Amino acid sequence: MWEYTDKVKDHFINPRNVGFIDDFDGMGEVGSLACGDALKLTFKLDNENIISDAKFQTFGCASAIASSSALTEMIKGMPLDEAAKVTNDDIAKYLGGLPKEKMHCSVMGRDALEHAIANYRGEEVKEKEGEIVCECFGITNLEIERAVKESGLTTVEDVTDYVKAGGGCGNCHDRIREIIQEVSSQSITERQKMENLTNIQKIKLIEETLDREVKPALNKDGGDIELVDFNNGTVFVKLHGTCSNCASSHLTLKNYVETKIKDLVSPELVVEEVTQ
Amino acid sequence: MKTIYVDNNATTRVDKSVFEEMLPYFRESYGNPSSMHTFGGNVAAGITKARERVAALINAEPEEIVFTSCGTESDSTAIWATIEAYPDKKHIVTSRVEHPAIKNLFEHLSKKGYTVSFVPVDKKGNLDLDYLYEQLTPETAIVSVMWANNETGVIYPVDKIAAAVREKGIVFHTDAVQAAGKLEVDVKKNPVDLLSLSGHKIHAPKGVGALYLKKGTKFSPFLIGGHQEHGRRGGTENVASLVALGKAAELAKQRLSESTQKTAALRDKLEKNLLERIPNSMVNGDPQHRLPNTTNISYEYVEGEAILLMMNEFGICASSGSACTSGSLEPSHVLRAMGVPFTAAHGSIRYSLSGDNTEEEIDAIIEHTPPIIERLRELSPFWSQRKAS
Ligand SMILES: Cc1ncc(COP(=O)(O)O)c(C=O)c1O
Repeated sequence: MWEYTDKVKDHFINPRNVGFIDDFDGMGEVGSLACGDALKLTFKLDNENIISDAKFQTFGCASAIASSSALTEMIKGMPLDEAAKVTNDDIAKYLGGLPKEKMHCSVMGRDALEHAIANYRGEEVKEKEGEIVCECFGITNLEIERAVKESGLTTVEDVTDYVKAGGGCGNCHDRIREIIQEVSSQSITERQKMENLTNIQKIKLIEETLDREVKPALNKDGGDIELVDFNNGTVFVKLHGTCSNCASSHLTLKNYVETKIKDLVSPELVVEEVTQ
Repeated sequence: MKTIYVDNNATTRVDKSVFEEMLPYFRESYGNPSSMHTFGGNVAAGITKARERVAALINAEPEEIVFTSCGTESDSTAIWATIEAYPDKKHIVTSRVEHPAIKNLFEHLSKKGYTVSFVPVDKKGNLDLDYLYEQLTPETAIVSVMWANNETGVIYPVDKIAAAVREKGIVFHTDAVQAAGKLEVDVKKNPVDLLSLSGHKIHAPKGVGALYLKKGTKFSPFLIGGHQEHGRRGGTENVASLVALGKAAELAKQRLSESTQKTAALRDKLEKNLLERIPNSMVNGDPQHRLPNTTNISYEYVEGEAILLMMNEFGICASSGSACTSGSLEPSHVLRAMGVPFTAAHGSIRYSLSGDNTEEEIDAIIEHTPPIIERLRELSPFWSQRKAS
């Protein structure tokens, strides 16, 4: 049994704005019967480009119906430009949250809105640009990248929960892992200008990098790493658990941690181990 | 609001007399059945009786019964014990429609060096027996085919399969978790080597099961430990639950014909009325070879989780093969194996009755369901498209 908020239950049992606006200004259709959920959204604009009415038809589970209902309530009365900025997280928040496994329902809402706005503006939504990664659900690398960036996803399961990719045969899991990796190194590289940072900012950046790039790998082998100090371009770290007892810990440190730090923070940095 | 429980393939209510028989084993007869004193010995006597009763349910000998902690443990034990007994045989066979207790284990073994043949089913859910027989080779260690399917209720010809498989010297296991208590399960008429049972599907508590092990079957324990269960499963016995399973087995045997007639009549009434009153609905699974208590109905163009939650508003408890109910994104592997199209697979509802259900309950389901389906179809873009065209 899913844990739905009262708001989700309410929007499911008493959905608002069900139907189809015959003289719509914009219409968006996403999903399919095969996927198990689908949404058709129509809206009408007034003279000031404010959404005066919105209606939906949805095939899907309770959270798909509730997300659609919530979306129509949210965008009614909104200027079109503002509606264009609504994200799936906004929809989920409006509902007081959705179970993680159901986040794809809110993504479907956002997608339908995007399609409807593009339809009004006479733009083609470039359907399926990029390469298909998940064959089972027809999800592209660009869709996965976007979800990873926007919602800060870190695991394959997260990606499946948000955009369904990887939820079928599982053959694409490696590729999804790669995409997550790419996105996370990009976002670090973007903030990379070490020279312009204060010492505190540098330490924060190093800590962040250790946390997301180094720690998980060490944790997997039962080890851990802690940032002790940063001084004059040298990063002092302490190793815990199995790596600290390991005779080759020095090697692990030089080879692994330093490469990561040099790669992702700055090539000037060196790493030193603190032993007591 | 009264609960209307038609989800008995998921689990059942513990029978009152079963519950009462368990009680003394918590605060009065709490000794360890392995102990040397009479206090413990009396507890062992309770287990002996339970073993006799479980054996009687399936027409086996008491020594052929090993108690376990659940149906899943019985399944796992049967498969692991057999592949350990035949370490050189690297081929195993099962059907495409097994419960995850078998399905996921076989998929796991396929990554551990085993070749697995998954036998397909036809549209009605019946096994392709010729395909099964063609798979059997001297390399085959075990064939495992469920006696009856938990989702559709379809019954498999275990007698025929067991005979054909054993003729080739291959071990045959059947998961009879859903068959027990709903059908005659007789291991003399159906010559299986190993058979799994679970307590909570026959009005005993959750967390107890049994494995039938035909005399002479090669076996090594799954739980290695003490000498309990004649060294076939270590671990101090969950006495109260074993006693409960014994009592439930006795009741299941006594009530079999009465209860199957009653549930079949109610199930048929439910099914007939729902199909008549709701357009674009159909039964999944062969009505000619089906458990008396189960019907699996697809309502096209609506999604199962939404139906269940609407039913929940009326206190009606059932299950669905839809993707959304399981947390996976694909609808039931059983329905997909049968080739049920996505339009119908997502909107499938399983109703599973027990002897406890009443005619009023069935009438209430018949009354409440059509408006629910109609309401959800009003919401569905596919339904309005269909109506328009
Ligand atoms: C056919 C079948 N096999 C095995 C099991 C697992 O039994 P248990 O829940 O006791 O582990 C079930 C129950 O869901 C079942 O229906």
